[in-house]
Amino acid sequence: MGGLKAEAVAQIKEICGRYKDEKTPLMMILSDIQNEYGYIPLDVQEVVSQETGISVAEIYGVVTFYSFFSLTPKGKYVIGCCLGTACYVKGAQNVIDKFSEILKIKPGETTADGLFTLDALRCIGACGIAPAVTINGTVYPKMSVGQVPDVVAHYVKEAATA
Amino acid sequence: MAKINIKIEGIPYQVEAGQTILEAAKACGYEIPSLCTYNHGECNVGSCRVCLVEATGARGLVASCVYPVAEGMEIRIGSPAATEARRHSVELLLSNHNKNCQQCEKNGHCELLYVAQLTGARDDAFAGAHSETFLDKVAPGLVRDTSKCILCGRCVERCKNAHGLGILGFENRGFNTIVSPAENRSFADSPCIQCGQCVNVCPTGALMEHSEIDKVDAAFKAGKHVIAQAAPAVRAALGEEFGYPIGTPVTGKMAAAMRRLGFERVYDVNFGADLTIMEEGTELLKRLTEGGVLPMITSCSPGWVNYAEYNYGDLLPHLSSCKSPHQMQGAIIKAWWAKQNNIDPKDVFVVSVMPCTAKKFEKEREQEKVDGIPDVDAVITTRELARMIKRSGMLFNRLPDEPWDQDIMGDYSGAGVIFGVTGGVMEAALRTVYFKLTGKEHDPIEFTAVRGHDAGIREASIDINGTTVNVAIASGMKSAKVLLDEIREGKSKYQFIEIMGCPGGCINGGGQPYVRPVFLPNEADDILDTYKEKRAQALYTEDERQVVRQSHNNPQIVELYEKFLGEPNGHLSHKLLHTSYAAREGFNEVK
Repeated sequence: MGGLKAEAVAQIKEICGRYKDEKTPLMMILSDIQNEYGYIPLDVQEVVSQETGISVAEIYGVVTFYSFFSLTPKGKYVIGCCLGTACYVKGAQNVIDKFSEILKIKPGETTADGLFTLDALRCIGACGIAPAVTINGTVYPKMSVGQVPDVVAHYVKEAATA
Repeated sequence: MAKINIKIEGIPYQVEAGQTILEAAKACGYEIPSLCTYNHGECNVGSCRVCLVEATGARGLVASCVYPVAEGMEIRIGSPAATEARRHSVELLLSNHNKNCQQCEKNGHCELLYVAQLTGARDDAFAGAHSETFLDKVAPGLVRDTSKCILCGRCVERCKNAHGLGILGFENRGFNTIVSPAENRSFADSPCIQCGQCVNVCPTGALMEHSEIDKVDAAFKAGKHVIAQAAPAVRAALGEEFGYPIGTPVTGKMAAAMRRLGFERVYDVNFGADLTIMEEGTELLKRLTEGGVLPMITSCSPGWVNYAEYNYGDLLPHLSSCKSPHQMQGAIIKAWWAKQNNIDPKDVFVVSVMPCTAKKFEKEREQEKVDGIPDVDAVITTRELARMIKRSGMLFNRLPDEPWDQDIMGDYSGAGVIFGVTGGVMEAALRTVYFKLTGKEHDPIEFTAVRGHDAGIREASIDINGTTVNVAIASGMKSAKVLLDEIREGKSKYQFIEIMGCPGGCINGGGQPYVRPVFLPNEADDILDTYKEKRAQALYTEDERQVVRQSHNNPQIVELYEKFLGEPNGHLSHKLLHTSYAAREGFNEVK
């Protein structure tokens, strides 16, 4: 826990405090921390453990169970490729492979410039528009391999002009 | 409870409503093959699916350990569908298990192997890929091997129930799931107290003590003067490894067996326990009369000391500076026994037989060493001693009852014996402190108010010469936490507190023989509720049989102070018998 700044500790405690009347507050706390910081490292989990009385191992278990939570910092743009059954049979593997090829990272990794994280998701419940890709909440329906370079280029440009 | 009517294999029975099928069937005389024998608070998820049965009113087969009986239910345990389903369940568990049974130290006590045999899971029916495995042999006390883990979660529950700790948890998901401390760290790099309670409930060899039999063998080979000393709680449980009913003390046979294993001397750590009382009692009196830090807390349990260093660094001045009995005795063996026998202490190899896995860690502590020499060189558990006895071909039950070696540290008092049960150190200390303050022995000798055999807090007020001394006892960190938080908040009303790491004390230590009803057909059905009491009783009985009941009346202790140590808490005592503590970060930086 030595690595955390006092203000970060205070903010995590504040987040935990938001849900102190909840019976099972862990998911909500972790969700808020993930949104705030982009990841939930072990020393942050230790603070949550102290505040909630839930063991670090249990918190760590929840963080590693749900792909929405991350132990390492995520990129500015998080590309989530659904690899659920419907998306998979519609060619999602080729789509994620193309992202991998262009960004030169494997699923689960973040580019060196911190711009992109590539995540493989299990069914996001959008089977009707398979294969589905989400980038920071924006949904790209019926994604094809051919569209991938343009999508990446769009975000590279957006980041450069922002 | 209301009775309801069910049928098992077509035969009508009346059972209690609210029971699970597994419990009801047991009451009717059926042992459904299962991994938990019956639910005992260590698992309530029913995820292993080993105990599947057919039951009317249910959709498909049901896990009998969690499914409740209902009026009119008809249950089939032995039907082809049920037996085949149970076999498949076990085969599925085995499909990701390393099945290296002949090299597994759990062999003979393995519940997975047992149900595999029982259900006939003999073919590698679901051979396929195995998940990535991890072996943690870094911690001195414990070994974790995920290649043997079946993800039942008993260890996770036990760690939480006993200590409120939850060091172990499920990590990742699906095929990659493992049970481990957070970040898949070693026990050594997490705030694990190495008590070994998880080992006691693991059905397979995934969690084991870190065996040191090899070290002992090597010491014999190297021609060292190998001295063995056994803790009080060992005698109350060792017999279980050789078919004796739980609660049978086997002190004499244990001494005989250890002698035949080739140890140059076999000693009882009860002598060290008496020595601890002399030092700790004196320390308490000093704190009481000279205004020291109170309440003073015992420091015999290395699991508890680990917990304190990880979680209550601010309260460490409350811990007695006394080493634990086996460390004290080890120090005396190397400093005094070696001198008496003209042996270089470096050629002496002290082996402690302990009911404990945390003792394996304790002996490695820098703070325990005297001039760089460790007090104790190897710690083996009760189970490891049993293994050594078995491999040597001795028929334990035919051994004669022999005394411990009598030179220098052969005598011990009844007070030393009861160290092995929660409340025992407190009672032993009170017997001596009472005498020191009043000049006469307490009548009756016993302080029954502090006795017990389970986790949970007990307290008592003892009147000594008009002064009331308030004491409290806790075992298991869940109970200890309550007393510690009181101290932290400045609300503690006690002067002296005994804390033991394992629930019930050393008799229920992480190195004691496994209590598995399925392997104990002659024990009563409620043995999981009664074994601690039975083991405790074995120690109290030995206490009553001793002529000397108080540590300060042990003649060899008196002699040791006269000829060697001088006085309790004196200069030499502090060098040899006392230690220090330091706060530790639970999740330290791993390089």
